[in-house]
Amino acid sequence: MNIHTRTMNTVARVVPMHLQIKGAHLFYKARTKVFNTPEFPAFVEEPVPDVSTLALEDIDVSNPFLFRQDKWRSYFKRLRDEAPVHYQRNSPFGPFWSVTRYEDIQFVDKHHELFSAEPFIVLGETPDELTIEMFIAMDPPKHDQQRRAVQGVVAPKNLKEMEALIRERTQDVLDNLPVDEPFDWVDNVSIELTARMLATLLDFPYEQRRQLVYWSDLAGGGAEITGGETDTDLLFEGMSDMAKQFSLLWRDKEARLAAGEQPGFDLISLMLSNDDTKDLINRPMEFLGNLALLIVGGNDTTRNSMSGGVYALNQFPDEFAKLKANPDLIPNMVSEVIRWQTPLAYMRRVAKQDVELNGQLIRKGDKVVMWYASGNRDERAIEQPDDLIIDRKGARNHLSFGFGVHRCMGNRLAELQLKILWEELLQRFDTIEVTAEPERVQSNFVRGYSKMMVKLGSK
Amino acid sequence: MGKITYIEHDNTEHEVELVVGSTLMDTAVNNAVPGIDGDCGGACACGTCHLIVSDEWLGRLGEPGSDELQLLDMTPERCKTSRLGCQVEVTEAMDGLIVRLPEFQM
Repeated sequence: MNIHTRTMNTVARVVPMHLQIKGAHLFYKARTKVFNTPEFPAFVEEPVPDVSTLALEDIDVSNPFLFRQDKWRSYFKRLRDEAPVHYQRNSPFGPFWSVTRYEDIQFVDKHHELFSAEPFIVLGETPDELTIEMFIAMDPPKHDQQRRAVQGVVAPKNLKEMEALIRERTQDVLDNLPVDEPFDWVDNVSIELTARMLATLLDFPYEQRRQLVYWSDLAGGGAEITGGETDTDLLFEGMSDMAKQFSLLWRDKEARLAAGEQPGFDLISLMLSNDDTKDLINRPMEFLGNLALLIVGGNDTTRNSMSGGVYALNQFPDEFAKLKANPDLIPNMVSEVIRWQTPLAYMRRVAKQDVELNGQLIRKGDKVVMWYASGNRDERAIEQPDDLIIDRKGARNHLSFGFGVHRCMGNRLAELQLKILWEELLQRFDTIEVTAEPERVQSNFVRGYSKMMVKLGSK
Repeated sequence: MGKITYIEHDNTEHEVELVVGSTLMDTAVNNAVPGIDGDCGGACACGTCHLIVSDEWLGRLGEPGSDELQLLDMTPERCKTSRLGCQVEVTEAMDGLIVRLPEFQM
């Protein structure tokens, strides 16, 4: 916990959280001005060089254009083959290790006593004034306590209650899509469906659901965090706004519970009913962090698996034919799409002690990045890893959800949403055609699509 | 040849052949018993081969390690006789073992 977080916790009882963030923003601006701290430069897109022209030590996989320019496979293949535990000394995010083989990634992920998830799970860092705290970036035992308090919201038992609702909404979205005319799949299907889901999980005003998407995109999109396009001033404004809305929501729920209303199955009700988290609002950075975690966790991931599945089945048309002939393959295909897409490219750790990994000595304090996107294409662990094979044996053994105590909490919900989407799609449409190469997100973390034109043909 | 019985949450029983040296996870997966996922392939890293044994069998399956206990702790359906199937190696003495599967794997 840094000094700003401590101060914010102390004053949280008297000053509303969003005003504190505004104050922190002013402080940040003053600090960068007075101390002349260089602002993190925005990334300017240039053609990514062919990896075969580079010396090993010059390979920098933190480049946020690697995925957008579709160069990532050749870069990671070279690292897996020639330097599976690779050190990059001079990246814009500082020095870091890349772990690129399936087996090594599983080792790092499993050994939280050797590799800490604190203070961030992305390559870069947020400004000190905006260091929100989330349990994905906490070590046990604090991680375990906070996760336990909220995991019920996406636990399978809760999902049984939600399944009918998810199906109804999916049907509604699909029934309103144009047929025989191209439209943007990302905005009309992937974003719309995930926004509706998030609004439900948070019991957030339904008409304002796109606000959740906006905040989530902001929180994960900073240049200094993931190489994205978000400007730091916009980030502060967005987080202040989010703090205000979530505080209102929290106080409203609190009052309703106090008046004897039955707690709902939404996230804030669960937090208010748990001893470890019922006072979370008095710890603003943790409060914001854990809510941001839930919206980021449920946003980019499922969204880009929804788009990625359509794109993948267009790249592998025989697999689409196989799927239409046998819709029972949907659950297995969903796992395969999650592997093939790997919507979050990595998680970052910091070595807690010197560790030797695959012949390299990682020093205490070094940043270590587990590249799930690479491990999911590791020829040593997965046959024909670049191909989408919807009836692949062992399709569930992918890395996209991570392993160990930080394993994705919303995995079952994600699988359910994707399964329902494909069941409903197959009932309605005979063809799902990607009509132009999709546009991809600028980021070293999110492997996402910002636009994908699709034309549907009815049955 | 010995037998192991897996009972799904809806009480469907699956009696399968005991293979010494296999694990309770692999035995289930190799016999297509539904309700065991084994997402990490048996590395004690995901918690999706959760199963529940009876009191009298618990002490005869060896002691769970600390990494196993930590993953079990993340499962809402955990009981005091919960184990991860990938961490229990099958021995001849397990002939007649009955294990129950939870409603969900996390």
